[in-house]
Amino acid sequence: MTTLTLSQVTKTFADTRALDRVGFAVAAGERVALLGHNGAGKSTLMKIVLGLIAADSGTVEVCGAAPGSTAARRQVAYLPENVAFHPALTGLEQLAFYLRLRGETPGQAMALLERVGIGHAANRRIGTYSKGMRQRVGLAQALIGRPRLMVLDEPTSGLDPVSRREFYAMLDELAAEGAAILLSSHALTEVEARTDRIVILSKGVMVANDTLAALRRRAALPIRLQVTARPGSADAVATALAGGRRNGVMVDLVCSHDEKLGRLGQVAGLGAHIEDVEVIPPSLEDIYSHFSRAGDEGSQS
Amino acid sequence: MTRILAAATAEARIAIRNRWVAIAIAMMAVFSLVLSAMGSAPTGVLGADRLSVTVASLTSLAVYLVPLMALLMSFDAVAGEIERGTLPLVLTYPVARAELLLGKFLAHLAILALAVGAGYGLAAAGALSDDPGAISGLAALARLFWTSLLLGAAFLAIGYALSAVARRPGAAAGLAVALWLVMIVLYDLGLLAAIVADNGGLFTTRVFPWFLVANPADAFRLYNLAASEATAAAAGVAGAAGTVALSHVLASMLVWPLVGLGLATLAFRRVTP
Repeated sequence: MTTLTLSQVTKTFADTRALDRVGFAVAAGERVALLGHNGAGKSTLMKIVLGLIAADSGTVEVCGAAPGSTAARRQVAYLPENVAFHPALTGLEQLAFYLRLRGETPGQAMALLERVGIGHAANRRIGTYSKGMRQRVGLAQALIGRPRLMVLDEPTSGLDPVSRREFYAMLDELAAEGAAILLSSHALTEVEARTDRIVILSKGVMVANDTLAALRRRAALPIRLQVTARPGSADAVATALAGGRRNGVMVDLVCSHDEKLGRLGQVAGLGAHIEDVEVIPPSLEDIYSHFSRAGDEGSQS
Repeated sequence: MTRILAAATAEARIAIRNRWVAIAIAMMAVFSLVLSAMGSAPTGVLGADRLSVTVASLTSLAVYLVPLMALLMSFDAVAGEIERGTLPLVLTYPVARAELLLGKFLAHLAILALAVGAGYGLAAAGALSDDPGAISGLAALARLFWTSLLLGAAFLAIGYALSAVARRPGAAAGLAVALWLVMIVLYDLGLLAAIVADNGGLFTTRVFPWFLVANPADAFRLYNLAASEATAAAAGVAGAAGTVALSHVLASMLVWPLVGLGLATLAFRRVTP
């Protein structure tokens, strides 16, 4: 069951094409990461999904309704990048306001603030909050009323590593309950483990839309094998494996996906000389730059 | 309705925190007290009760002060949300833009009612304590109160429209001041000049009354002065008031807030967050 469907979505601002025939879908319970450089069109895409701006052409369907329609807005939660609130209101008052707008009882405000870890500051003005705390108020309002689609623009910016982990745990729960999640992020390593699919935008063009494993296969980027030799055997190991030596004990090998098992066999054959071997797959950063670059070249030709 | 009330509650809280409520009440109270203290002199000459005379002074005060307070509260309504970056999020909620505006409108109107009520109440108390006969002026005071709210409502609504058109608080403030100057000060001066030049011709007898009706501030003044015999003496425009039907004047005061809210909603709908 798809919660969000985009097809051929195009948007042009003045003379720049912000989105060029972008199309993908997010199913219920699916977590999709939207990646791209600054200005790649991520925020524009999100605003179109939310109905804040209209696409020039193409179709968008949100929970079976038009984006921005009351029916769609009832089921969609949004966390803007650098979320802002009125500094004169307390966290509690601000959340009570959002609860009322969604037709929920304002009494839940405290529980929501406690859930995101700022219950202690509930009665302080938001003007006195740190950026991380404001971000948490933003998260709290996005949790109101079991949304079916969550659109999160850089949701973990301003959060410390522990809070990020808690945040993703919260997202896992929501996805398990059937919420579709579309999030953008610059922190690729955290997206890597926490999302089901990755959509990469490059200058408004969608250059990738797949699971991380499939993208990895398609990119066919070299895999690194890091072999740790026993003391004194580094040179012998380096010669035997025809690899480069990094320091006194480490030997670095680079191979393609298909060669990986053969190479590991060679390493195993050296038996006594080897202390340890580590397989390092291409990181999301590598894959991301591979596809963004491919998109750049595609758009220039 | 819950959504309108939610917006109104939040807006009222903000106004209290920003000391707007306190400032508005203090402003109206001080001016009203000063006026009622000064207003004690002409009573004997006119033979009217103390309170009716005070009402005449308060009318001249309100025509300047109420639109000013209304514009000061409303110019930030949309432009401020854009500037703070709070608008995109709230617009993704299932709430109509008209509902957000109405919420702000209710809160601001309630604050105006508090301020105007406090000011007029103090003035009335002063008049009543001096002259027990002043009780006969209470009707005029009540009329002044609700027409002041209509006047404030008109300028609140126009202020929201300016705020949505300007999109930046600085520009909105500039527009609000310019509007106040034009509609409250220059409008009457312009009409006066036109009458002098016309020298009792067609403009003065036919067109001029409609110009008075068209401006909510002049309509407010006309309605309060024409309805009260005693106050006619204190009014420059009262001569013309005789030629305009009170129903037209009242209609103008009732229509302006609605027109203003309509314009504000239209302008707000054109804002892209």
